[in-house]
Amino acid sequence: MEITAIITALCLVLGSLLGITGGIGVYRLPDFFTRLHACGITDSACAFLILSGLMFQTGTSLETVKLLFILIFLLITSPTSTHALAKAALNSGETPLMEQQQTQQKREER
Amino acid sequence: MRQTLYLTTMLSGFWLLLSGHTDTFMLSCGLVSVLITVAIVQRMNIVDEGSQPLNLPVRIFGYWLWLAKEVVKSTWDVSLHIWSPRLNISPTVICIEASQKTPTGLMIFANSITLTPGTVCMNVDDNKMEIHALTLSAANDLMSGEMDRRVSKMEDNYA
Repeated sequence: MEITAIITALCLVLGSLLGITGGIGVYRLPDFFTRLHACGITDSACAFLILSGLMFQTGTSLETVKLLFILIFLLITSPTSTHALAKAALNSGETPLMEQQQTQQKREER
Repeated sequence: MRQTLYLTTMLSGFWLLLSGHTDTFMLSCGLVSVLITVAIVQRMNIVDEGSQPLNLPVRIFGYWLWLAKEVVKSTWDVSLHIWSPRLNISPTVICIEASQKTPTGLMIFANSITLTPGTVCMNVDDNKMEIHALTLSAANDLMSGEMDRRVSKMEDNYA
C-alpha cells in the first residue's frame, strides 16, 4: 500500500516535470521544427510516466485496462500526428532553421 | 476473412473491457454496434495488412524495451538542452535510407524515429527519409543506423 503510493508520487512528479520542460521548450526554441522536439517530450515520456503512475493506483481493475488503452493509443497516434505536422509545414514552404543561420542571426542581434 | 474475424474479436474485446457491462440488453447493444462497425469497415474496404498487422513477431516486445531505453536517453538529452541557459542546439536535417521492405516495417521505423525526442521524421519517399534533428549528436546517433538494423532484423521474422 505504502510503496505503490510512493511509486505513483514519483511517476507523477517526474511526468509533470517533463511536461513543464516540454512547455518551456516550446517557448524557448527558435523555430517550428525545433519546437516539435519539445512537444516530443510531452508526447512520449511525460504521458507514459503520468499514465503508469495512475495505473499503480488503480491496481487490477477495468480502469487499469482503460489507462493502458489510452497509453497504447497515445504512443501510436502522437508520433503520427507529429509527423503529419512536420510534413504539412514542410509542404507549405516552412524551411527548417539551420545551425549557420542561427549563429548568423545571433550575430546580427548583437 | 481472417482479417474480418480478427477485427470482430478485437472490437468485441475492446467493447467489453471499456464498458464492463454484462447484462443481456447491454451485451446485445454491444454486439449490434460491433457488427455495424464491421459492416461499415467492410464496405469502405480499408482493412488490410497495412492497417491491421496480424503477423507482428513476438520479438517486437524486445524491440519496445530497447526503444524505451532510447526514449529515456534522448528525453534526458533534450531536457538538458532546453534547460541550459545558453540553448546550445544545432538543428540539422539529414536524409537516410531505410532498409525495411514492407510498409509496416517502414511505419515502425518512422514512428520510432519520431517517438524519440530530438529526432522527427519529416518526409518518407519510398525508402528515403528526411529527418530533422535537434542536435548534431542526435543526427549522428541515427546515422549510425542501429535503429534501422534492429527494425530490419525484426522484420526478417515477419510475414
